[in-house]
Amino acid sequence: MAFLELSNLVKTFGANCVVKDFDLSIDRGELVSLLGPSGCGKTTVLRMVAGFETPTAGTIKIDGHDVTAQKPNERAIGLMFQAYALFPNMTVADNVAFGLKVKGVARAERDKVVVEMLRLIGLPDLGGRFPFQLSGGQQQRVALARALAVRPRLLLLDEPLSALDAKIRLSLRTEIREIQRELGITAIFVTHDQEEALSMSDRVVVMNGGIAEQIGTPFEVYSRPTTRFVATFVGTLNLFEAEAEGAGALRINGVTVRLPDEIEATRGGRLTVALRPESLHLGAGEVTLPATVEGLEFLGSILRIKARVAGTQIALDTFNRADAPPPAVGTKTLVSFAARDLVVLNA
Amino acid sequence: MSRIVAWATLIFGALFFLLPLIGMTEFSLKMRRGVYSFDAYIKVFEDPTFFATFGYSLTLAVITILFGIMLVMPTAYWVRLKLPQARPVVEFITLLPLLIPAIVIVFGYIRLYNTSSWLPLTGSAIGTDILLTMGYVTLAMPNMYRAVDTGLRTIDVVTLTEAAQSLGAGWFTIMMRVILPNVLVGVLSGAFLTLAIVIGEFTMAALLNRPAFGPFMQLLGANRAYEPPALAVIAFAITWACIGLIQLVTRFSKHERAKA
Repeated sequence: MAFLELSNLVKTFGANCVVKDFDLSIDRGELVSLLGPSGCGKTTVLRMVAGFETPTAGTIKIDGHDVTAQKPNERAIGLMFQAYALFPNMTVADNVAFGLKVKGVARAERDKVVVEMLRLIGLPDLGGRFPFQLSGGQQQRVALARALAVRPRLLLLDEPLSALDAKIRLSLRTEIREIQRELGITAIFVTHDQEEALSMSDRVVVMNGGIAEQIGTPFEVYSRPTTRFVATFVGTLNLFEAEAEGAGALRINGVTVRLPDEIEATRGGRLTVALRPESLHLGAGEVTLPATVEGLEFLGSILRIKARVAGTQIALDTFNRADAPPPAVGTKTLVSFAARDLVVLNA
Repeated sequence: MSRIVAWATLIFGALFFLLPLIGMTEFSLKMRRGVYSFDAYIKVFEDPTFFATFGYSLTLAVITILFGIMLVMPTAYWVRLKLPQARPVVEFITLLPLLIPAIVIVFGYIRLYNTSSWLPLTGSAIGTDILLTMGYVTLAMPNMYRAVDTGLRTIDVVTLTEAAQSLGAGWFTIMMRVILPNVLVGVLSGAFLTLAIVIGEFTMAALLNRPAFGPFMQLLGANRAYEPPALAVIAFAITWACIGLIQLVTRFSKHERAKA
């Protein structure tokens, strides 16, 4: 049985339905990211789990118990906010101890947990400081310690890294993931940053317009997007219009491509297929198409070549090697790909 | 040139406010012919009515402050947390005491709560004291609400509340341990402003016939020459002491200093 079960969750604000029949099951110890653009309903789902929003319909079960009607302070759920939300009038130690104090834990035990938590987040000597005396990264670490100190059943992270600079964001996301694994705590991570979602999660829920477009491992979501939205939202993708030639083949710009798996399409039907930039190669291969180079982008170790193929501008990523200079803009060339890398989109 | 103009304006402004005060203070020290003395102040302090009326007003001020905080604090907090759309309405209501003169309010009270009404508060001293306190709460409302609301504006009320809730805190804990300490300077500002209003208030206390400090000052002013300015200087000193206390609280509050 799943540890957290969200069944048919619906949330409307007036006439605006922001979450539509949302279902999600999360196993104990799993970290699941809700990924999507602003307004897709990911934060609303999180707030319903936390108890700050009441679902219009549907149920929320934690460890088999229906908590839909429970107050936020009765749910034993830890929360990390984008804005840190440390109590400004309390020291770091007092912030971490707050939840324990509310629970009525004895002082000696409280102090022990505070020391343990501060060591866990790597700030053992900063217990006496006030939040304003800490950097953004340190504040967010303290927020994590505070959320974990009460040993919550579930940890919710609402874009906790968004307010931090790039370098801190990178190190903190690794730390959060390590701590989550170490403690074996079940977590939901809300973000609009695909890199964060893909790098930290066991599974990713890509949301759009209040529904889950796709739920899968980061590899599945990135490599096998099932909808056009997921394909375009997660990573860079080249889309081609194709024509079905039966269940096992399709035609792109007059070139027949034999697919490794059968697809549901009638002969002559129009399809959209997708290819990641790293799946395309310069030169002839399994499936080869003529191309014209239109531009170059240096992305450090990667060189992104913009080329026109079958009337569509595509992006092709190749390693930036000093011994292989890139083709000049305007060069007529060939690009190729393997049929197994082609993703046929459902919608 | 602009520096000179700025300094000249500042000096003019300072003189505009300070000269009457200096004149009043100097006059209050001239009770004994030919020399400066504190005779007028001694006379004021020797008058038992001074302490009786001041004590009475101070007691009512403390009750007014406590009642005002209990009324305004949760209201301002709830409006910020759950009813931001109601803010203009609440602000308008809290501004009404500035638009409606105290005399109108007190006559309304007398009409509503006289001895032949369903709640005859004016029929007893304690009842009238309650009525007067409620009147003071109303008069102080614009200042108290604004002071508390300004304090609340400096913190992220919603996120802090949600953070506390997620840690298991109920409304009382949130209010007393998270919100109140973070808006303490605002609350104290409101409290000291309330104190200043109550100490000097005349209309309500006089019309409800209560032995408050305001009517005492008026009575003294009508019958004596040197004591009234001495009393005014004392009242002025009390007000400035209150403002000084606000500054002191701000200075000693580490996290408040950080916000500033």
